This record gives sequence, structure tokens and C-alpha cells, in this order.
Amino acid sequence: MSPNNPNIETMSIFSPQVAARFDALVERYPVRRSALVPMLLYAQDEIGYLSDAVIAEVAQRIGITELDVRNVATYYSMLRFKPAGKFNVQVCTNISCMLRGAYDVYERFQEELGIGHKGVTADGIFSLEEVECIGACCWAPAIQVNYAFHDDLSPDAVPGLLADYRGKVNEGTGPNA
Amino acid sequence: MRGRDRMPRLVSHPDEVKVVSKRFGQGAANIDKYIELGGYEAAKKCLVEGAEWIINEMKASNLRGRGGAGFPTGMKWSFVPKQSAKPKYVLVNGDESEPGTCKDHLIFLHDPHAVIEGTIIAGVAIGSKTGFIYLRGEYRYLIEIMEKAVADAYAKGFLGKNIFGSGTEFQIITQSGAGAYEVGEESALMESLEGKRGIPRIKPPFPAVVGLYGGPTVINNAETIATVPHVIAMGGAAFAAIGSARNGGTRLFSISGHVERPGVYELPMGYNLKKMIYEVAGGISGGRTLKAVVPGGSSTPVLLPAEIENLGMDFDQVGKAGSMLGSGGVVVLDDHTCIVEFALRTISFYQHESCGWCIPCREGTDWLKKSLTRFHAGFGSAKDIDNIQYLAENMLGRTFCPLGDAAAMPTLGFVKKFRKEFEDHLDGKLCPFAKHVEVALL
Repeated sequence: MSPNNPNIETMSIFSPQVAARFDALVERYPVRRSALVPMLLYAQDEIGYLSDAVIAEVAQRIGITELDVRNVATYYSMLRFKPAGKFNVQVCTNISCMLRGAYDVYERFQEELGIGHKGVTADGIFSLEEVECIGACCWAPAIQVNYAFHDDLSPDAVPGLLADYRGKVNEGTGPNA
Repeated sequence: MRGRDRMPRLVSHPDEVKVVSKRFGQGAANIDKYIELGGYEAAKKCLVEGAEWIINEMKASNLRGRGGAGFPTGMKWSFVPKQSAKPKYVLVNGDESEPGTCKDHLIFLHDPHAVIEGTIIAGVAIGSKTGFIYLRGEYRYLIEIMEKAVADAYAKGFLGKNIFGSGTEFQIITQSGAGAYEVGEESALMESLEGKRGIPRIKPPFPAVVGLYGGPTVINNAETIATVPHVIAMGGAAFAAIGSARNGGTRLFSISGHVERPGVYELPMGYNLKKMIYEVAGGISGGRTLKAVVPGGSSTPVLLPAEIENLGMDFDQVGKAGSMLGSGGVVVLDDHTCIVEFALRTISFYQHESCGWCIPCREGTDWLKKSLTRFHAGFGSAKDIDNIQYLAENMLGRTFCPLGDAAAMPTLGFVKKFRKEFEDHLDGKLCPFAKHVEVALL
């Protein structure tokens, strides 16, 4: 519980579990704001994006201004300010993946989903992003769907992979479960 | 599905010398298994022997930083002042994001306790009570593995106020990034850990004197730290003997691109690059021929087949050949690869990742991306080739952190070594190789 605001728990937009995690997180470091970057990512995992309400609560929990939070948040490429799909498909096209056909995989995702870079499908189930190196170069081409890695992909593997995720639409709680 | 649809493929080759990777695939993420395999004995030994002994062993090992710069680890540790009014810190850089590099991925997955043990040893060596292990945000499932390993180490009394019953305190905190290549630069990583934008700091002062929270800080790559317990276990001199002159031990090479058996292979420092490609990684895939190789991650200048004939992969030999060993990410290009497209993809990355603080990097990467995009689309002029070179040359050494150089160096390599291929894109000629001409990016 934040010493600055004893009511924060009742006001929190986060689930009790995440709120409790944040209470502990700010106390973990020599300075409170060291919790900022991970807190923003965990907040996004639960809410789906960094909404105004998320920014406001994170600012209050850390004890800095909302502007300061935005200033930091805009630096990090994983953080977003509008909702993504329930399953955010991130296709690496950096050199090692490119050499093994990543652009063909990326094109197939675009065709199957009917969306481009940073697009979201009308049903909100999928979003698509072309991303930089995700550290799976030796198992290229590789993608991440939310946090899950899929290696050694080919364009032909795309429809099946999307079908698997469509089948999981009703599983989990948060957008990144 | 939280982590992976399947485990990343582990590879092996008879020429490998498995030191850092010897516990891969053996379930050593489990603390009891790690202990059964000899884990945490090195940390206990260090607590008995003390700081000076550790640093001497590290110096004798010739272990050099695996992040890319190759700075001798023992020497780095010895720069930390013994007395300090502010707390000292150990910082583990697991922000692995140099394109072509995926070795730390396997370390966190298969041997997280080696990272913890190495961090403890670094802490004892410099007299620090707190270590931070920073992983890139994309590695969420690996952060969870690290967090579990840290919790298990606390439960056993290997971390905390009285580690291994020695009376010494050492705490470890894991930290997640949120997507930023630049944060792999040591001072930018400290900024990020302090809850700020990852903008590099002006040096000096160096981290060993003024680092995290203003305290003296040792920052090492995750592979370097995971190597430390092995150095202690086998002795510095024995570790040094595995490698080449002034380049101790083994290294995890991430071999990717157009090879038959891509993978992370642990080979002695100084191992021949040609052998690495043709024997260890099984040669060029699809029966094609080698066109070029990027030897140490995307920021290192490209090498031609003739340049790798007798090239030993250590920091000094690759440096002498006009490139860098960098992060050990060996990216292999076959003869069907368009160098202009490859150069464009490389510079696009650095343009995306430039933090924007230093103008030569911010503007230079942007201009280079625009020039190369136009060039690859067939709208280049002969003057553009010189201009690309001129731009890159004017970025070199003119930025606070190495990102500007990391963008300029490979670009210069491509233009100088493959000028003919740039010329083949002139006068509206279609790219002789590629099908992804991104005119829309202009």
C-alpha cells in the first residue's frame, strides 16, 4: 500500500493480485521509481495498454508526475497507448530471420489476418507487428505471440498457428494470459 | 501457452568444449539438480578465499567481456574502489538484443543458477551486497525462470543476510526491460533500471566509480557472469589454457542465417571461422555458396570468404581482420543474398533503436535508411554510394555511446566490400536478388 495514498487499494484499476505485486515492487529497490519500467509492462499485461487511468495510477504509486511516466513510457517499444488484439503477433524480420524467410512469414500473416503493421482485426482477437530481433536467431524465422515464442516457422505454418490461437480465445483472464 | 511452443533446438558438435553450456538440457534450472551437478561450490569457495584471490583468478583466466567489447573481466572488477561511501552494485546485462545473438536466451533457460552464482561471486569480489539481473522485456518466460531460481536460492540460504552461513550478505533483484536495444549499453541500462528513458550517460566517470544509483558498479554480460563459476571451479589458468592468447576459455557462438545446422555452439576462443561455418554448422544450406559473413552480431563489419580462411575467432584476430568479435553472433549469407537489402535491413534496425540523443546517430541512421531504401528500390545515383559512405564515416566516433558506430561500421563494410553490387542497383535496374522492394517506406 502506498504511503502517499492510503486509499489506493480501493481505488486501484488493477486486480488485487497485481495491485499487491505493485505494492511490493516499489519497496524492492533503493528508489521507488526503479519499479517504473516493469510496472508499466505488467500494467499493460493486465489492462491491455497504457490507458490514461493506468498512467495516472502508476504515477501515483511511484510518486512522480503523469508527464514523467509518459516521458519514460514512450521510450520503450513494447509499451503501447492503444489496445492490441488479445493475441499480439510479433514477427521478427531482423537479419537472421530475414535470411530464412521472415518476410514471407510476415506477408502470410498480413494476408491471413487482413491487417498490416500495428493493425488489429475487427473482432479484436489478433493484432500484428513487425518487430526487431527477439533473440531467437538460431531458430529463425521466429515470432512471439504475446510472450510465447514460435520458432522455425514457414508461411504454411501460419494458418494452423492462427487457428490454434483462435481456439484459445476464451481462455485466460488478461489480454496477455 | 506462456513461454514457448517447444524448447529451442540444442545442437552439438565434436569440436565443442562445453564449459558454460555443460548443464544445458540437464534440468539445471532446478536448484537441487544444479547442486547435484556441482553448482554453488564455486561461490562457497570464493567466500572462503576472499576478494583478492577471486580477482587474481579472474585476471589469470583471460576472460573477456562477452557482451561485445571484450574488456578483461578481472581488470574491470579490480577498478572498483575498495572503500565507498555509497553502496556498490553488481549488474548483470541480460538485455540480449544484438541481432544475430541468442546465447543468453539459452543460459537463462537452462542454467539460471549459474547466473546467480556468478553474480554472488562478483559481489564478493567487489564488496557489494546487491546484484541486479536485468533481462529484456521480451524474455518474459525467462524472467519467470530467473525469478523462480532466485526465490529457490533465497529459500536455501544462498542469498540473503547470511549466504551459505558465511556471515556475508548478498541480495539479488531481477528486473524486466520493456523493449529497447539501446538499454544494452551499460549506462543506458542503469538509467532504465533507475526508472528513466534509456539514454546513455557521458563517460567518464565510468560505472566502476559512479554507476547505478551513483554507487560503484560492475556491469557484466550475462554470459560473462555465467562463465565466472566455471572459471573459479577449474582455476583461472586452466580456463585460459582452453582459449587463444589473451582470450581465455570458450565462447557461445550463435550461428544463424544460411547454414545447414544453425545453433548456439560453445567453441574455444580462436576457433577457425571457416571451420565453424562449414564443419560445425554443416556448411551453406541448399548447396549454395558463401557470399559473406557477419562475425559478431549485426554491428560488426562484414567479412568476405577470402578473409575467413585462416581467421581465428577471438577479439584480437577478428579485430586485426578489420571487424569485431562482438557478441559472437555469426550471421552467414549465401550467394543469393542482396547486400543492399541486407544493409538496408541492418540500418533500419539502428534507425529504429537510436535513442535520439546524439545528432550524428539520430540523423545519420535516418538518412542512411532513406538513402538505402531509395537505392534498393532502383532510384539511386552513383553519387549516393559515396554519400552513404560519407554519412557513415561522419557518424564514427561522434556519439556518446557505441550505437552510432554500431550503425556506421557495418554500413561502411557493405559499401566498401560490395561496391559493385551497389552499382548493379543503379540506373533504375531492378534488384538482381530481392523481391521485397519497399518503395512505400520512402
